[in-house]
Amino acid sequence: MTHDFTHTHAADAAAVRAIGVTKTYGKGDSRTVALKSTSFTTREGELHLVVGPSGCGKTTLLSVVAGTLEWDSGQIEVFGVTLNGLKAADITTFRRQNIGFIFQQFNLIPTLTTVENVSVPLLLGGMNRTAAEEKAAAMLKEVGLADKLAKRPGDLSGGQQQRVAIARALVHEPRLIICDEPTSALDSTTGHHIMELLAGAARTPGRCVLIVTHDNRTYGYADRITEMEDGQVRQVYANGALRDFITAHR
Amino acid sequence: MYHLALKMLMGDRAKYVMLVGGLTFAALLMTQQNSVFQGILSWTTSHMRNSRASIWVVEKNVEQVNETKAMRDTDVNRVRSVAGVDYAVPFFQSILKARAADGSDKPIQLIGLHAATLVGRPPVMVAGDLEHLRLPNTVVIDQLAIERLSIGRSKPLDLGDTFEINDREARVVGICKTERHFFGYPYVFTSYDQALQFAPRQRKMLSMILAEPKPGLTAEQVARTIERETGLKAFTVPEFSKATIDFIWRNTGIPASFMTTIILGFVVGIAVSGQTFYSFVLENLRHLGALKAMGASNSLLARMLLLQAFTVGLIGYGIGVGLAAVFGYAVMPAGQPPFLLDARTMIISAVAIVFICIFAALLGIRRVAKLEAAIVFRA
Repeated sequence: MTHDFTHTHAADAAAVRAIGVTKTYGKGDSRTVALKSTSFTTREGELHLVVGPSGCGKTTLLSVVAGTLEWDSGQIEVFGVTLNGLKAADITTFRRQNIGFIFQQFNLIPTLTTVENVSVPLLLGGMNRTAAEEKAAAMLKEVGLADKLAKRPGDLSGGQQQRVAIARALVHEPRLIICDEPTSALDSTTGHHIMELLAGAARTPGRCVLIVTHDNRTYGYADRITEMEDGQVRQVYANGALRDFITAHR
Repeated sequence: MYHLALKMLMGDRAKYVMLVGGLTFAALLMTQQNSVFQGILSWTTSHMRNSRASIWVVEKNVEQVNETKAMRDTDVNRVRSVAGVDYAVPFFQSILKARAADGSDKPIQLIGLHAATLVGRPPVMVAGDLEHLRLPNTVVIDQLAIERLSIGRSKPLDLGDTFEINDREARVVGICKTERHFFGYPYVFTSYDQALQFAPRQRKMLSMILAEPKPGLTAEQVARTIERETGLKAFTVPEFSKATIDFIWRNTGIPASFMTTIILGFVVGIAVSGQTFYSFVLENLRHLGALKAMGASNSLLARMLLLQAFTVGLIGYGIGVGLAAVFGYAVMPAGQPPFLLDARTMIISAVAIVFICIFAALLGIRRVAKLEAAIVFRA
């Protein structure tokens, strides 16, 4: 049986809560601990950045929170749903209904037009083709690509491709938007445009944007920054501490 | 999502063309070779379609229709006396030499028909009168005989012309259309008694007996009665066809040679299509991973891959079988190589292509099933 996860809600408005999550890769001598009993919380209405040096476990944390990677121990709750107890098929359904993705390399399908790329989450959700493409076109207009509906990703600039990816991530109105280095392949101006779009998405009630990034140009958009080191959360910055952190990293 | 799966497939032109090309080649090779093989097999039993009879009675050691072990002339009456036999007539068949106008000898397939009934007559007369076979030294020849025996003549052999069979004059009184024989020799029809004049004299001359069952009885029932009461061997048409084809399978290298090519087509199809499709899946792994991350189930991705594989399979099959048919039409006027593209051959090719598609898709499905959606987060 497939569950419907569209109406779940966390009582304390925590969008994501990871408690004591451990994840290791490999076995024997090649065993690497990516997450060491890591705990982490992000709230609805937040644009939350996860930062830290390469190899500190940011992407692994993002992957387990998204349910795209199995973890060894610990508990993960997303909008009040504990992912631990769910079967793989149910996690897939949960992702389809609640999570939008933006990837570093965009991961747009090169042989499809922008409208077709953006319509994918709607089609996966069971919407018919015509309605899905209409809604996708409307979403592309919202991100400023009304004149690129029939273009293929290869015909677009990096910034335009990332805007298509954002449209794809938002079109099915997911509550959690997970972004992996969304600005790292973009120039400064385009990066700021992208962050403004994401910040706008984060302000929508009941929604949360979680971003893994190396890019300190994005720090100014954050409501909260989690700094990771060696597979653990080193520090969480909000409010005044956040302003100090941003100033220190300019 | 299925229309997107097809766009993903066809958008990668190089892989798409290679996949369709591989499957076209496999379908063409399997269908064309199988059709030529079926054509050769059909030639082995063309006697039965050129001299139609329900029951073929032969010496008890005969294994197939192209083999003759002479019987006594009195065996015809023994068969006639069997209960259930409506009529039975003598039938002669042998390979003899005919002399063309340039002096060269050409082998012919001489058929001797019972003069009173002309049972075993050729199926289609193109010119002349079959009844004239009752006149002395007369023959009806097929179109291949005109081609072969007209060498050295100013104009092709025609009605009223003569040539020699075994140093005896034969006068053409009819031209008929026949199915070509396995040995590739032209058919020359004459009366049974005349055939015995053309052929070198032997102690026993009767090649076969053609019989019909009485109304209400099946050929099979009567054939079994003939065997029981005369000790001769009696075949119905399906039995004789099967015995002949079985003989070819057992005693010649023809099936093995064709099977090798057909299997080669199948293997090439599997190798090219499997490898190309797998490489197509590998190249799209990130995109498939992204779809998985966005909530596409393994089952949906498997169905998309199957659709892609079967789409190229269907197109490749259509083109391949179409090209095989074009080959068949191209060689049909020349009459060789033999070509018989029937429903069975097309079904065999279709099953093979379906198998290739399933194999190719399974390689991809296996890979995608193991794929972690988290691959999309790796640089």
